[in-house]
Amino acid sequence: MNQTILWMAQRATAAILAVCVAVHLATIVYAVQGGLSAAEILGRTRGNAGWLAFYSVFVLAAAIHAPIGLRAVLGEWLHWRGASREVFLVLFSLLLLMIGMRAVLAVFS
Amino acid sequence: MKVRVWRGGTSGAFQAFDVPRYPSQTVLDVVTHIQRRLDPTLAYRFACRVGMCGSCAMTVNGVARWTCRTHVDKVAHGDSLEVSPLKNLPVIRDLVTDMREFFDKWARAKGQFKGGRTRNDDFEKVMPETEGRRVADAGIECIGCAVCYSSCNVVAANPAYLGPAALNRAWTLVNDAREKDNPERLRAVAGDAGCHACHTHMDCTERCPKHLSPTAAIAGLKRATAKAALKGEL
Repeated sequence: MNQTILWMAQRATAAILAVCVAVHLATIVYAVQGGLSAAEILGRTRGNAGWLAFYSVFVLAAAIHAPIGLRAVLGEWLHWRGASREVFLVLFSLLLLMIGMRAVLAVFS
Repeated sequence: MKVRVWRGGTSGAFQAFDVPRYPSQTVLDVVTHIQRRLDPTLAYRFACRVGMCGSCAMTVNGVARWTCRTHVDKVAHGDSLEVSPLKNLPVIRDLVTDMREFFDKWARAKGQFKGGRTRNDDFEKVMPETEGRRVADAGIECIGCAVCYSSCNVVAANPAYLGPAALNRAWTLVNDAREKDNPERLRAVAGDAGCHACHTHMDCTERCPKHLSPTAAIAGLKRATAKAALKGEL
Protein backbone atom coordinates (compact mmCIF):
# COMPACT_ATOMS: atom_id res chain seq x y z
CA MET A 1 0.00 0.00 0.00
CA ASN A 2 2.61 2.57 1.12
CA GLN A 3 4.97 1.80 -1.75
CA THR A 4 2.13 2.01 -4.25
CA ILE A 5 1.31 5.48 -2.92
CA LEU A 6 4.98 6.48 -3.11
CA TRP A 7 5.03 5.31 -6.74
CA MET A 8 1.90 7.31 -7.56
CA ALA A 9 3.33 10.37 -5.78
CA GLN A 10 6.53 10.10 -7.79
CA ARG A 11 4.62 9.77 -11.06
CA ALA A 12 2.34 12.71 -10.27
CA THR A 13 5.21 14.97 -9.17
CA ALA A 14 7.19 13.96 -12.28
CA ALA A 15 4.37 15.32 -14.42
CA ILE A 16 4.36 18.58 -12.42
CA LEU A 17 8.15 18.87 -12.57
CA ALA A 18 8.19 18.37 -16.34
CA VAL A 19 6.12 21.54 -16.71
CA CYS A 20 7.91 23.44 -13.94
CA VAL A 21 11.41 22.71 -15.29
CA ALA A 22 10.40 23.75 -18.81
CA VAL A 23 8.92 27.05 -17.58
CA HIS A 24 11.91 27.63 -15.29
CA LEU A 25 14.47 27.08 -18.09
CA ALA A 26 12.50 29.19 -20.56
CA THR A 27 12.37 31.99 -17.96
CA ILE A 28 16.13 31.82 -17.38
CA VAL A 29 16.85 31.95 -21.12
CA TYR A 30 14.45 34.88 -21.52
CA ALA A 31 15.96 36.78 -18.58
CA VAL A 32 19.55 36.23 -19.73
CA GLN A 33 18.91 37.04 -23.38
CA GLY A 34 16.97 40.15 -22.48
CA GLY A 35 19.92 41.26 -20.32
CA LEU A 36 17.84 41.73 -17.19
CA SER A 37 19.82 42.77 -14.11
CA ALA A 38 19.32 41.16 -10.69
CA ALA A 39 17.47 44.26 -9.54
CA GLU A 40 15.13 44.10 -12.55
CA ILE A 41 14.40 40.43 -11.93
CA LEU A 42 13.69 41.06 -8.26
CA GLY A 43 11.48 43.96 -9.31
CA ARG A 44 9.30 41.51 -11.19
CA THR A 45 9.24 38.72 -8.63
CA ARG A 46 8.79 40.76 -5.42
CA GLY A 47 5.17 40.77 -4.34
CA ASN A 48 4.15 38.71 -7.36
CA ALA A 49 1.78 36.02 -6.06
CA GLY A 50 1.93 34.15 -9.40
CA TRP A 51 5.67 33.51 -9.21
CA LEU A 52 5.34 32.70 -5.50
CA ALA A 53 2.70 30.06 -6.25
CA PHE A 54 4.63 28.64 -9.24
CA TYR A 55 7.93 28.22 -7.39
CA SER A 56 6.22 26.95 -4.23
CA VAL A 57 4.60 24.16 -6.26
CA PHE A 58 7.98 23.52 -7.94
CA VAL A 59 9.78 23.19 -4.60
CA LEU A 60 7.05 21.01 -3.08
CA ALA A 61 7.06 18.66 -6.08
CA ALA A 62 10.87 18.38 -5.98
CA ALA A 63 10.81 17.72 -2.21
CA ILE A 64 8.42 14.82 -2.80
CA HIS A 65 9.94 13.48 -6.05
CA ALA A 66 13.65 13.45 -5.25
CA PRO A 67 13.56 11.49 -1.95
CA ILE A 68 11.43 8.72 -3.53
CA GLY A 69 13.97 8.30 -6.31
CA LEU A 70 16.83 8.49 -3.83
CA ARG A 71 15.07 5.77 -1.79
CA ALA A 72 15.52 3.28 -4.63
CA VAL A 73 19.13 4.38 -5.20
CA LEU A 74 20.00 3.89 -1.50
CA GLY A 75 18.28 0.48 -1.47
CA GLU A 76 19.89 -0.83 -4.62
CA TRP A 77 23.37 0.69 -4.47
CA LEU A 78 24.03 0.86 -0.73
CA HIS A 79 21.59 -1.89 0.36
CA TRP A 80 20.21 0.61 2.86
CA ARG A 81 16.66 -0.46 3.68
CA GLY A 82 14.44 -0.34 6.77
CA ALA A 83 13.29 2.43 9.11
CA SER A 84 16.58 4.35 9.27
CA ARG A 85 16.46 4.92 5.50
CA GLU A 86 12.89 6.28 5.71
CA VAL A 87 13.83 8.67 8.56
CA PHE A 88 16.83 9.90 6.55
CA LEU A 89 14.61 10.48 3.49
CA VAL A 90 12.00 12.42 5.48
CA LEU A 91 14.80 14.65 6.78
CA PHE A 92 16.20 15.00 3.24
CA SER A 93 12.73 15.97 1.99
CA LEU A 94 12.39 18.58 4.74
CA LEU A 95 15.84 19.95 3.87
CA LEU A 96 14.85 20.34 0.20
CA LEU A 97 11.60 21.99 1.25
CA MET A 98 13.39 24.35 3.63
CA ILE A 99 16.19 25.54 1.34
CA GLY A 100 13.80 25.68 -1.62
CA MET A 101 11.19 27.76 0.15
CA ARG A 102 13.89 30.00 1.62
CA ALA A 103 14.95 30.87 -1.93
CA VAL A 104 11.35 31.32 -3.10
CA LEU A 105 10.54 33.66 -0.20
CA ALA A 106 13.80 35.57 -0.73
CA VAL A 107 12.80 36.63 -4.24
CA PHE A 108 9.19 37.28 -3.20
CA SER A 109 9.60 39.51 -0.16
CA MET B 1 36.04 -23.33 -32.82
CA LYS B 2 37.43 -22.29 -29.41
CA VAL B 3 34.81 -22.74 -26.69
CA ARG B 4 35.34 -21.55 -23.14
CA VAL B 5 32.99 -23.24 -20.67
CA TRP B 6 32.47 -22.37 -17.01
CA ARG B 7 33.55 -25.18 -14.69
CA GLY B 8 32.89 -25.30 -10.96
CA GLY B 9 30.33 -23.61 -8.73
CA THR B 10 30.14 -19.96 -7.68
CA SER B 11 33.92 -20.02 -7.69
CA GLY B 12 35.51 -21.77 -10.61
CA ALA B 13 37.18 -21.02 -13.91
CA PHE B 14 36.65 -21.26 -17.66
CA GLN B 15 37.95 -24.37 -19.40
CA ALA B 16 38.80 -24.24 -23.10
CA PHE B 17 37.68 -26.85 -25.62
CA ASP B 18 38.12 -27.26 -29.37
CA VAL B 19 34.80 -28.08 -31.00
CA PRO B 20 34.21 -28.66 -34.74
CA ARG B 21 31.83 -26.25 -36.52
CA TYR B 22 28.82 -27.66 -38.38
CA PRO B 23 26.11 -25.98 -40.42
CA SER B 24 23.02 -25.02 -38.38
CA GLN B 25 24.86 -25.90 -35.18
CA THR B 26 23.21 -24.67 -31.98
CA VAL B 27 24.94 -23.69 -28.74
CA LEU B 28 23.26 -26.71 -27.12
CA ASP B 29 24.85 -28.90 -29.82
CA VAL B 30 28.24 -27.48 -28.83
CA VAL B 31 27.73 -28.16 -25.11
CA THR B 32 26.42 -31.67 -25.88
CA HIS B 33 29.44 -32.36 -28.09
CA ILE B 34 31.77 -31.39 -25.23
CA GLN B 35 29.98 -33.63 -22.74
CA ARG B 36 29.66 -36.64 -25.04
CA ARG B 37 33.05 -36.49 -26.79
CA LEU B 38 35.45 -34.42 -24.71
CA ASP B 39 34.55 -34.37 -21.03
CA PRO B 40 31.67 -36.48 -19.64
CA THR B 41 31.83 -34.70 -16.26
CA LEU B 42 30.39 -31.46 -17.71
CA ALA B 43 27.02 -30.70 -16.04
CA TYR B 44 24.25 -28.91 -17.98
CA ARG B 45 20.47 -29.11 -18.39
CA PHE B 46 18.25 -29.66 -21.38
CA ALA B 47 15.13 -31.64 -22.21
CA CYS B 48 13.03 -30.88 -25.29
CA ARG B 49 15.66 -29.34 -27.67
CA VAL B 50 12.88 -27.47 -29.50
CA GLY B 51 12.27 -24.34 -27.40
CA MET B 52 9.35 -25.57 -25.35
CA CYS B 53 10.62 -26.71 -21.96
CA GLY B 54 12.74 -23.73 -20.88
CA SER B 55 15.49 -25.81 -19.25
CA CYS B 56 18.57 -25.14 -21.42
CA ALA B 57 19.07 -21.40 -20.87
CA MET B 58 22.69 -20.33 -20.34
CA THR B 59 24.83 -17.23 -20.68
CA VAL B 60 26.39 -17.23 -24.16
CA ASN B 61 29.08 -14.63 -24.84
CA GLY B 62 27.72 -12.61 -21.92
CA VAL B 63 24.05 -12.74 -22.94
CA ALA B 64 21.36 -15.04 -21.51
CA ARG B 65 19.87 -17.22 -24.26
CA TRP B 66 17.89 -20.42 -24.83
CA THR B 67 20.74 -22.53 -26.19
CA CYS B 68 18.67 -25.08 -28.14
CA ARG B 69 17.34 -22.37 -30.47
CA THR B 70 20.48 -20.22 -30.60
CA HIS B 71 22.61 -20.84 -33.66
CA VAL B 72 26.37 -20.59 -33.23
CA ASP B 73 26.61 -18.53 -36.45
CA LYS B 74 24.47 -15.80 -34.88
CA VAL B 75 26.31 -15.44 -31.55
CA ALA B 76 29.94 -16.55 -32.01
CA HIS B 77 32.56 -13.81 -31.86
CA GLY B 78 34.59 -14.89 -34.87
CA ASP B 79 35.64 -18.40 -33.99
CA SER B 80 35.11 -18.23 -30.24
CA LEU B 81 32.26 -18.90 -27.87
CA GLU B 82 31.99 -18.46 -24.11
CA VAL B 83 29.30 -20.42 -22.26
CA SER B 84 28.55 -19.87 -18.56
CA PRO B 85 25.57 -20.44 -16.23
CA LEU B 86 22.66 -18.00 -15.98
CA LYS B 87 23.34 -14.90 -13.89
CA ASN B 88 21.34 -13.91 -10.76
CA LEU B 89 20.96 -17.56 -9.72
CA PRO B 90 23.21 -19.70 -7.50
CA VAL B 91 25.43 -22.03 -9.51
CA ILE B 92 25.21 -25.71 -8.54
CA ARG B 93 27.89 -26.96 -10.91
CA ASP B 94 29.26 -25.97 -14.31
CA LEU B 95 26.28 -24.74 -16.39
CA VAL B 96 23.55 -25.81 -13.93
CA THR B 97 21.92 -23.20 -11.72
CA ASP B 98 19.67 -23.61 -8.70
CA MET B 99 16.26 -22.45 -9.99
CA ARG B 100 14.42 -22.76 -6.65
CA GLU B 101 14.43 -19.04 -5.84
CA PHE B 102 13.21 -18.24 -9.36
CA PHE B 103 10.19 -20.55 -9.05
CA ASP B 104 9.57 -19.73 -5.37
CA LYS B 105 9.07 -16.17 -6.52
CA TRP B 106 6.30 -17.30 -8.89
CA ALA B 107 4.56 -18.72 -5.81
CA ARG B 108 5.23 -15.50 -3.85
CA ALA B 109 3.67 -13.50 -6.71
CA LYS B 110 0.56 -15.71 -6.34
CA GLY B 111 1.24 -17.48 -9.61
CA GLN B 112 -1.26 -20.27 -8.86
CA PHE B 113 -4.64 -20.13 -10.56
CA LYS B 114 -7.57 -20.12 -8.14
CA GLY B 115 -10.96 -20.40 -9.82
CA GLY B 116 -14.40 -20.30 -8.27
CA ARG B 117 -15.95 -23.32 -9.99
CA THR B 118 -15.95 -27.03 -9.22
CA ARG B 119 -15.97 -30.06 -11.51
CA ASN B 120 -19.75 -30.10 -11.22
CA ASP B 121 -20.11 -26.64 -12.75
CA ASP B 122 -20.14 -25.91 -16.46
CA PHE B 123 -17.05 -24.40 -18.15
CA GLU B 124 -16.73 -20.67 -17.82
CA LYS B 125 -16.82 -19.13 -21.28
CA VAL B 126 -14.05 -16.62 -22.01
CA MET B 127 -14.50 -14.86 -25.34
CA PRO B 128 -11.27 -14.46 -27.35
CA GLU B 129 -12.01 -10.83 -28.24
CA THR B 130 -12.43 -9.62 -24.66
CA GLU B 131 -9.79 -7.20 -23.35
CA GLY B 132 -8.73 -9.45 -20.45
CA ARG B 133 -8.30 -12.51 -22.68
CA ARG B 134 -6.28 -10.48 -25.21
CA VAL B 135 -3.95 -9.11 -22.51
CA ALA B 136 -3.53 -12.54 -20.89
CA ASP B 137 -2.76 -14.08 -24.29
CA ALA B 138 0.14 -11.63 -24.74
CA GLY B 139 1.96 -13.07 -21.73
CA ILE B 140 0.76 -16.63 -21.49
CA GLU B 141 3.42 -18.36 -23.64
CA CYS B 142 6.18 -18.03 -21.03
CA ILE B 143 8.25 -21.23 -20.82
CA GLY B 144 9.91 -20.38 -17.50
CA CYS B 145 13.46 -20.39 -18.88
CA ALA B 146 14.65 -17.58 -16.55
CA VAL B 147 16.41 -15.70 -19.37
CA CYS B 148 14.53 -12.55 -18.31
CA TYR B 149 15.38 -13.07 -14.64
CA SER B 150 19.04 -13.58 -15.48
CA SER B 151 19.09 -10.44 -17.67
CA CYS B 152 17.33 -8.18 -15.14
CA ASN B 153 19.44 -5.40 -13.55
CA VAL B 154 16.92 -4.91 -10.77
CA VAL B 155 17.18 -8.56 -9.68
CA ALA B 156 20.96 -8.08 -9.55
CA ALA B 157 20.60 -4.98 -7.33
CA ASN B 158 17.63 -6.12 -5.24
CA PRO B 159 17.66 -9.87 -4.59
CA ALA B 160 14.17 -9.81 -3.06
CA TYR B 161 12.67 -8.52 -6.35
CA LEU B 162 10.16 -11.04 -7.74
CA GLY B 163 11.46 -10.54 -11.25
CA PRO B 164 9.94 -10.29 -14.74
CA ALA B 165 8.70 -13.88 -15.17
CA ALA B 166 6.81 -14.10 -11.87
CA LEU B 167 5.24 -10.67 -12.40
CA ASN B 168 4.32 -11.55 -15.99
CA ARG B 169 2.57 -14.67 -14.66
CA ALA B 170 0.72 -12.60 -12.05
CA TRP B 171 -0.43 -10.17 -14.76
CA THR B 172 -1.90 -12.99 -16.91
CA LEU B 173 -3.92 -14.11 -13.86
CA VAL B 174 -5.03 -10.56 -13.02
CA ASN B 175 -6.56 -10.55 -16.52
CA ASP B 176 -8.10 -14.02 -16.21
CA ALA B 177 -11.88 -13.61 -15.91
CA ARG B 178 -12.12 -16.90 -13.96
CA GLU B 179 -9.56 -15.91 -11.33
CA LYS B 180 -10.93 -15.22 -7.83
CA ASP B 181 -7.80 -14.33 -5.87
CA ASN B 182 -6.77 -11.06 -7.48
CA PRO B 183 -7.03 -8.64 -4.52
CA GLU B 184 -4.56 -10.82 -2.63
CA ARG B 185 -2.38 -11.14 -5.75
CA LEU B 186 -2.18 -7.36 -6.18
CA ARG B 187 -1.08 -7.04 -2.55
CA ALA B 188 1.59 -9.67 -3.17
CA VAL B 189 3.05 -7.97 -6.25
CA ALA B 190 3.00 -4.35 -4.98
CA GLY B 191 5.96 -2.73 -3.30
CA ASP B 192 9.75 -2.78 -3.16
CA ALA B 193 10.05 -6.48 -4.01
CA GLY B 194 7.28 -6.30 -6.60
CA CYS B 195 6.25 -4.33 -9.66
CA HIS B 196 7.21 -0.94 -8.19
CA ALA B 197 10.88 -1.93 -8.12
CA CYS B 198 10.99 -2.21 -11.94
CA HIS B 199 12.98 0.61 -13.59
CA THR B 200 11.67 -0.20 -17.07
CA HIS B 201 15.14 -0.95 -18.45
CA MET B 202 13.41 -3.56 -20.64
CA ASP B 203 16.30 -6.05 -20.60
CA CYS B 204 13.70 -8.79 -19.97
CA THR B 205 11.68 -7.78 -23.01
CA GLU B 206 14.76 -7.49 -25.19
CA ARG B 207 16.03 -10.94 -24.20
CA CYS B 208 12.81 -12.98 -23.92
CA PRO B 209 13.19 -15.82 -26.46
CA LYS B 210 9.40 -16.03 -26.80
CA HIS B 211 9.21 -12.29 -27.61
CA LEU B 212 6.92 -11.58 -24.66
CA SER B 213 6.99 -8.22 -22.91
CA PRO B 214 7.27 -8.67 -19.14
CA THR B 215 7.86 -4.90 -19.03
CA ALA B 216 4.33 -4.31 -20.34
CA ALA B 217 2.98 -6.82 -17.81
CA ILE B 218 4.77 -5.02 -14.96
CA ALA B 219 3.46 -1.66 -16.19
CA GLY B 220 -0.03 -3.20 -16.15
CA LEU B 221 0.48 -4.34 -12.55
CA LYS B 222 1.60 -0.83 -11.59
CA ARG B 223 -1.66 0.57 -13.02
CA ALA B 224 -3.78 -2.16 -11.42
CA THR B 225 -2.18 -1.72 -7.98
CA ALA B 226 -2.57 2.07 -8.24
CA LYS B 227 -6.29 1.69 -9.02
CA ALA B 228 -6.70 -0.79 -6.15
CA ALA B 229 -4.87 1.58 -3.77
CA LEU B 230 -7.13 4.48 -4.75
CA LYS B 231 -10.18 2.29 -4.04
CA GLY B 232 -8.69 1.27 -0.69
CA GLU B 233 -8.45 -2.38 -1.75
CA LEU B 234 -4.71 -2.80 -1.47
